[in-house]
Amino acid sequence: MQAKDETKAVGRLMSEYMRGRISRREMVRRGVALGISSSALAMLAGSPRRAFAQDSTPTAGAGGFRTLVAPAGLRTDLQGQTVRAMLTDPSNPDRAWQEAALALFSQTTGATAEFVAGETSATDRLAAYNQQFAGQSGDIDVYQIDVIWPGILAEHAIDLKESLSDLAGQHFEAIVANNTVDEKLVGMPWYTDAGLLFYRTDLLEKYSLQPPTTWDELTTTAQTIQDGERAANPDFYGFVFQGNVYEGLTCNGLEWQYSYGGGTIVEPDGTVSVNNEQAIASFERAKSWVGTIAPQGVTTYQEPDSLNVFTAGNAAFLRNWPYAYATSQESAATEGKVGVSPLPKGNGPDARHADTLGGWQLMVSQYSQNQEAGIELVKFLCSPELQLSFAVERSHLPTIASVYDAPEVAEASEFIPRLKEVFQGGAVARPSSVTGELYNEVSIAYHTLLNQVLTGQKDAAGAAQEMEDQISSIIEE
Amino acid sequence: MSQQVVSAPLAQPASAGVKLSDAPQSSWARARERLAWLLVAPSLLVVAIVAVYPLFQTFRLSFTNARLASSREVEYIGFTNYQRLFEDSQFISALWHTIVFTVSSVAAETILGMVIALVIHSNFKGRGLVRTAMLIPWAIPTVVSSRMWAWMYQDVFGVINDLLVVRLPQLVDWIPGIGGTLASIFPENKIAFTANSSTVLPVIISVDVWKTTPFMALLLLAGLQIIPEDVYEAARIDGASKWQQFWQMTLPLLKPALLVALIFRTLDAFRVFDIVYVMRGSAPETMTIAVYARQKLIEVQRLGLGSAASVVIFLCIGLMVIMYTRLVRVEEA
Repeated sequence: MQAKDETKAVGRLMSEYMRGRISRREMVRRGVALGISSSALAMLAGSPRRAFAQDSTPTAGAGGFRTLVAPAGLRTDLQGQTVRAMLTDPSNPDRAWQEAALALFSQTTGATAEFVAGETSATDRLAAYNQQFAGQSGDIDVYQIDVIWPGILAEHAIDLKESLSDLAGQHFEAIVANNTVDEKLVGMPWYTDAGLLFYRTDLLEKYSLQPPTTWDELTTTAQTIQDGERAANPDFYGFVFQGNVYEGLTCNGLEWQYSYGGGTIVEPDGTVSVNNEQAIASFERAKSWVGTIAPQGVTTYQEPDSLNVFTAGNAAFLRNWPYAYATSQESAATEGKVGVSPLPKGNGPDARHADTLGGWQLMVSQYSQNQEAGIELVKFLCSPELQLSFAVERSHLPTIASVYDAPEVAEASEFIPRLKEVFQGGAVARPSSVTGELYNEVSIAYHTLLNQVLTGQKDAAGAAQEMEDQISSIIEE
Repeated sequence: MSQQVVSAPLAQPASAGVKLSDAPQSSWARARERLAWLLVAPSLLVVAIVAVYPLFQTFRLSFTNARLASSREVEYIGFTNYQRLFEDSQFISALWHTIVFTVSSVAAETILGMVIALVIHSNFKGRGLVRTAMLIPWAIPTVVSSRMWAWMYQDVFGVINDLLVVRLPQLVDWIPGIGGTLASIFPENKIAFTANSSTVLPVIISVDVWKTTPFMALLLLAGLQIIPEDVYEAARIDGASKWQQFWQMTLPLLKPALLVALIFRTLDAFRVFDIVYVMRGSAPETMTIAVYARQKLIEVQRLGLGSAASVVIFLCIGLMVIMYTRLVRVEEA
């Protein structure tokens, strides 16, 4: 609490200084009174100042981040407006970068941007947002929202298309479409995530196999490696994924059925399409893995469980989010032996790659008193310049295609540039925008029944029929 | 309870047509009554704010179609939520899981707790240390211990599977003669305890027993310590065996403490949420009514339906409290 107050006080002091309201000397005097070392103050005072004035030269390296540079063309007539943004959680390593970015925004535009930490768990975060919106609170102006929330939160957001349509055009279409509810752009894409296939390059080499491009290939490849490795390691499995009864299984299931050309559960026009032959075929394929190439317990796995099996060297293939790459490079068993590709295709005429979209968007609250400054902050944080910095400094995946080609990104990570194709072609959004506030209920019905298929309590065709019945009755209401 | 004993003789004048409260009171008595009300007022206020108001709201919401954080108009829909609840097979199975969990965990905890209480009540070296060590499972936050046990029961890297399938068979195999036969008793393949719908509920119950038995033992130990030593002395002189002493004296004298402990545990077990949610989330095989209510209230944002489920939990617990207090009263009579 105290640290936070201090940060605020320092922020206020800095902004007064930068606007020329107080002299450098006065700033140092008051800063020392706040307990900041004079050398730190000298550094602050020496940093680019009076940026709000005519001379708004962007500065390289704000807040100690080499790549943090403000985009050109931001408004400078917002003095006196304060914009409070609820971003990452208190102990998240992203926080330092985000606070530095907000400070740079304050410096560049003259408005004051304040960082407010949100809840750690996505479910709790949504509950907190819902409470604030239920009370029509204007305390927070900008919120970071999950990719499945635009439908739920649409009525509390302002339409960003009116003011930021140019910027929206630069972002990946699939994400912008996901964030658009009834023609209203609820949130601007900030950074993204997608389900990916991770594989052990050393094992593929050992058995002279290629990375699979279809689920059938994956099944036989995983079986071959598993049969070979079992002799030395009885705990070895071919493939691990997330089969527990939770949102993650909806992501996995959507990838399976969409890759078979089996639709997106509920289509954008509202038709419940889940009960079709291709979807059923994909469920049967997934069921065939449980207890053969995947452990029986995979039906209770969430991301950390599956990742643990993989990084312990006990699996050849893993379906997970991009963060798994960094973790796998910290484990002795998998370091330097991990490859990444889009998830395999299914069978059938409409077979394709399908990777479920994750990630976060920024939205401006309808109840905000400082919407103009809020919009400007969204424009700032979602600009190519800031996305590049976020990618380089914090490995977050940009939502603008051109950023993937930047040499700085390639230099920082050999892995990020390779994901561009995923977002341009394979990414599939969950049916959250079309189902709106009913999305969670639809998703629960879907993953609960799908889990029962995996555990053998229900057959795929019967479960698909039940999904259709349940989801239709949820939506009809 | 003591009030009833006192009020019995006072009931006499009431039958003569004069109610106690109508009796003329001195100003002193009235002042005292006012003071009494004044003194309990803060507690009553707190109870009203934290218990009565939310309870009333829950009842009210259970008759509406309200949604969490939605601007949609709220309508009263009568008993529709309750009807939907009892038509939902998931709710019925949640109710069943809760009953199975409550009965088996409380029974196991009572028996084990009694054994442990008797052991640490007796005199032996290092008793203080044992009493403290015993409380460790109870002191660990439930979320932490549930996660820990979930990993221990894990099918690929869990320690329990490692013991059952690898270590223990190796160990007994060394025993000459019968070793091979003994080793073959152990399972050949690792068991997915939490994935298998027939083992997952017993696994969750076992974790609760591990965690809460110390609490039961502590309550029973407190009961044991107030039984005077001279009763046992008299029994020894009369030649009662240890076994007789336990059944004829310890158990009857322990009954009040036992009943209190049972009430605590039953009510607690019936509301179980943390262990189940951490170990298996909202999986239908283990869902209890508290998990069900949370899912409907928060995840699905159906405030009305979730409130109806909460009201059912409230009524079940209320019913159990009435049954238990009846039991206690019978004991005292």
